[in-house]
Amino acid sequence: MAIVSTIRAIGNRIVNAVWRIGVAARFFFLTLLYSGNSFRRFHLIIKELFSSGVMSLIIIIVAGLFVGMVLGLQGYETLKRYGSESALGVMVALGLVRELGPVMAALLFASRAGSAMTAEIGLMKATEQISAMEMMAVNPIARIVAPRFWAGVISMPLLAAMFSAVGIFGGYLVGVVQIGVDEGSFWSQMQAAVDFREDIMNGIIKSLVFGVVVTVIALFEGFDAPPTAEGVSGATTRTVVTSSLAILMLDFVLTAIMFRGA
Amino acid sequence: MTFPKGKLVAIMGLSGCGKTTLLRHIGGALKPTKGYVKMDGQIMHELDQDGLYAMRRKMGMLFQFGALFTDMSVYDNVAFQMREHTDLPEDIIHNLVMMKLHAVGLRGAQNMMPSELSGGMARRVALARTVALDPMLVMYDEPFAGLDPISMTVIGDLIRRLNDALGATSIIVTHDIQESLKIVDYVYFMANGVIVAEGTPDELRACDTDFVRQFVHGEMDGPVPFHYPGVDYRQALNLRN
Repeated sequence: MAIVSTIRAIGNRIVNAVWRIGVAARFFFLTLLYSGNSFRRFHLIIKELFSSGVMSLIIIIVAGLFVGMVLGLQGYETLKRYGSESALGVMVALGLVRELGPVMAALLFASRAGSAMTAEIGLMKATEQISAMEMMAVNPIARIVAPRFWAGVISMPLLAAMFSAVGIFGGYLVGVVQIGVDEGSFWSQMQAAVDFREDIMNGIIKSLVFGVVVTVIALFEGFDAPPTAEGVSGATTRTVVTSSLAILMLDFVLTAIMFRGA
Repeated sequence: MTFPKGKLVAIMGLSGCGKTTLLRHIGGALKPTKGYVKMDGQIMHELDQDGLYAMRRKMGMLFQFGALFTDMSVYDNVAFQMREHTDLPEDIIHNLVMMKLHAVGLRGAQNMMPSELSGGMARRVALARTVALDPMLVMYDEPFAGLDPISMTVIGDLIRRLNDALGATSIIVTHDIQESLKIVDYVYFMANGVIVAEGTPDELRACDTDFVRQFVHGEMDGPVPFHYPGVDYRQALNLRN
């Protein structure tokens, strides 16, 4: 009996998970379908760009600077063993542009802006603001969800670029200013080794994909949250956990596709 | 149930008897398993999304706690539907918003945010937003819940005056018997999802049905028992006979 109930419980969880993925996919397509209004009234997107993008800048810049400095320090220690200190700029830049920039920026975006989106929409639902909007014949997906979705998609590559740029500066501060690696080789080797299409474009594509995934998860969790304090807090936690896992898994898949054999 | 044009009709009953569910059916937010809601010649649950939205533009609904948009000022809340559904220039919207806010006595609060308003003020702003596009049907979900006596009188008076000024039909879902009997034209009493009594306020005051008498006079026990069904009290206390 215990085995039967265990199997039943596992089956139930799987069915629920698949059902939830289906609902989220439908939500995503509806968001795309009702996006026209957001572009006709672009000020709605700009307002959300401020709250999700601009307000995330501080955490992105501070985190980017420290990650770059750590990369500079660790990279120097490793490269020194092989007498390749001059390649420090290349290591820092490739590490940031290809991987750490998009991934770290997406993780920080999920924690800062994603959780805020979920909590905001969840609370709007709990306080009947979404029902009120529907009763006013205003589609909440078009008015609330779509502008936030596009703001997230636009913000993410810009934040990742900012993270990488500040990170490279952090690596420069530690490697060149503090340790004394030659400044000319730091920049010139970086310029020669970093390819625009292979490295920078792939990094941008990654951050775009992360932007779509994180924003859809955050918006869906908020929209789907039970309208209670416990429901909203649970949805906010799920946003951060699910987004973080999705970012790391997708990063592996994208890296395997983009850089295999490169 | 019928709601004649120009009348203010109350739906009363105990918490959980299906009043708000009925409002959701009227607004087309729920599909009935049996029966139908017909408004302005259209059966609500047969409408597609465009038809439903077109119908909702003729309706207004005041939610229990106002449901004001917390990221918008009082002014923007009232202007919301005008901006969403009309191409009116901003100066005309300004005048309309001022007229609506003046009608609820809150012209001076136009720049305040919902978090700065008292419960009564928030309800009045929500009322101004509800009638922003002069709807033909206005629904009020527990408009007196959580208000002090002065705010209750103000809201009740506003509901009556706005209904008469707009020539609209109004439906009030409430269990605040004393306040609503002062302003409504007709009352339906509901219990367990069905109508148990109906009539004008005077008829209901004179009604000697057990349920209505218990409800109108606020008696503790009667057809609606004080105790929720449960195991025998002696058994619950683990007492032996």
